[in-house]
Amino acid sequence: MDKTPPTEPRQSWTFSREVNAEIRRAAETGIYDIRGGGAKRRVPHFDDLLFLGASMSRYPLEGYREKCGTGVTLGTRFAKKPIELKIPVTIAGMSFGALSGNAKEALGRGATLAGTSTTTGDGGMTEEERGHSEKLVYQYLPSRYGMNPDDLRRADAIEIVVGQGAKPGGGGMLLGQKITERVAGMRDLPVGIDQRSACRHPDWTGPDDLEIKILELREITNWEKPIYIKVGGARPYYDTALAVKAGADVVVLDGMQGGTAATQDVFIENVGQPTLACIRPAVQALQDLGMHREVQLVVSGGIRSGADMAKALALGADAVAIGTAALVALGDNDPKWESEYQKLGTTTGAYDDWHEGRDPAGITTQDPALAARLDPVEGGRRLRNYLNVMTLECQTLARACGKSHVHNLEPEDLCALTMEAAAMARVPLAGTDWWPGKPGF
Amino acid sequence: MTVLDMAQLSLREINETLQGAAKAQANAAYEIANPRGAHAVAVGLDGPLAVTVKGSTGYYCAGMNKEAAITVEGSAGPGVAENMMSGTVTIEGDASQYAGATGHGGLLNIKGNASSRCGISMKGIDIVVHGSIGHMSAFMAQKGNLVVLGDAGEALGDSLYEARIFVRGAVKSLGADCVEKEMRPEHLALLADLLAKAGAEAKPEEFRRYGSARTLYNFNIDHADAY
Repeated sequence: MDKTPPTEPRQSWTFSREVNAEIRRAAETGIYDIRGGGAKRRVPHFDDLLFLGASMSRYPLEGYREKCGTGVTLGTRFAKKPIELKIPVTIAGMSFGALSGNAKEALGRGATLAGTSTTTGDGGMTEEERGHSEKLVYQYLPSRYGMNPDDLRRADAIEIVVGQGAKPGGGGMLLGQKITERVAGMRDLPVGIDQRSACRHPDWTGPDDLEIKILELREITNWEKPIYIKVGGARPYYDTALAVKAGADVVVLDGMQGGTAATQDVFIENVGQPTLACIRPAVQALQDLGMHREVQLVVSGGIRSGADMAKALALGADAVAIGTAALVALGDNDPKWESEYQKLGTTTGAYDDWHEGRDPAGITTQDPALAARLDPVEGGRRLRNYLNVMTLECQTLARACGKSHVHNLEPEDLCALTMEAAAMARVPLAGTDWWPGKPGF
Repeated sequence: MTVLDMAQLSLREINETLQGAAKAQANAAYEIANPRGAHAVAVGLDGPLAVTVKGSTGYYCAGMNKEAAITVEGSAGPGVAENMMSGTVTIEGDASQYAGATGHGGLLNIKGNASSRCGISMKGIDIVVHGSIGHMSAFMAQKGNLVVLGDAGEALGDSLYEARIFVRGAVKSLGADCVEKEMRPEHLALLADLLAKAGAEAKPEEFRRYGSARTLYNFNIDHADAY
């Protein structure tokens, strides 16, 4: 009665349950998976960096006594009216269409209470957001939906969108479920169609043309508005250098963890670089051109806390921007909607079918009943609280490093926990004075 | 008639003067001398004003125009009258690529030829081209009318939405989802009106109408090859 020991059932790492499920889904439907959000895969991030803090050779600042400034001015290069922000964190561009009117209003309210700016998106400017945003950045996108000179003039800054971190090289997409009469009207499109936005601008190609486009926008707005150029984290050194050459006042750099309202999952997960990998090359480009701090750098893509903010600033950014985190602060993916997430075949934290317009939290929807679940005043209060906490956290870390302004943080204040993070951030691996690629080693 | 000489004044001075006069609803007439291919001439005007540019212009002449009547007595570079909201822009010569791009309203009247991507992403503007147009014209055109007295290049009206295209001459090829459509009486009337406004010597009956087959409005995997 010899019994051969049974073979333990072994799952393949390559063909995991998740991978196989996607193959079956593709085979069933014949179309790629579309979703919202940014890259979900694990990539080197700010978690892999630590601040060293002050000790014998560095002098800390007293937490409750000594000032640590947080103000930042964006657009000092050419604009007659630069934007002054109390805190170095802004709200990234998200469209009315992708988000409900209430959500846009809540973002405007929260940002205004916290002393910072918010940003329109692909679909034009709404009264809700203009009315409730003290400082509003107006995006200039390939689709030009709703673009008009009056809104351009009543904006506080103009952001020319070349790309975004979730999909560098990709255009926009808003599926028919969300193209209601109001959204369609603003975009000059029929109701209920799948809206495709182009991936390239219709009337310029390359940085030489863009320089002339910026001239036109400045001439239309009396040279008052700061002009930002937003790029996805693709080739950050050259993209930043070319943005400066084209005449940008501000470069907005969005890494692959940055979200989108909707695009192909394959695009989100496989195109672009992690935010951490983008900052140093961009700062290097600014320094090589003698433009660091002259042209401001705003970094976005996976910023979640004051620690992330402090680390991005230490690597040379002038400010950070948040999108996904702001939506979470408003109530996106909140456990209180778990039973409804289950009905949609998902769970709290994983809900990303923002394009379907059935968001239980009432944020990424155009359904009036769902949208009514988000109280814009309460949402604004929550966002303000969250922005304040981020700022306090950032100040705590800056004071610990002896800095009287968060902009005084520097790479020298950091070390890295992993080889990858050390290489990307160009700061020493913890316990060493070395990072991969450091000159002289 | 006030003459603004670009050989003497900066672009900023000229645009500031024109923008101020338009805003003041002065209904005045201005002439711009020596444009010599300058970019962003007479952009962002918001009010009734007559502007005549005595020569050829560079990029984005008359960009985002509202209400003003702007005439270029020469040829216009890329993106003429881009995102125009209302008013009239007349080009006596030829227009380069992306003429009338994303325009929301008004009339762009091109007496010569227009290059590629004429009327790209147009959103309500009327464009009349007395000559021929280049490839990929009216790409993703959403609203408005594109009238061409001459010929159209390759891939006319690719991925277009609800814009109407009228061509008198030959169309080299139609883009994805663009089809020839029946010319009904209302189209003939519309065309007659546009031709009259543009001062074009042509009969509506000589044109063919093109528009969207609307098969790409909602994604269908069986149409994937069209994209």
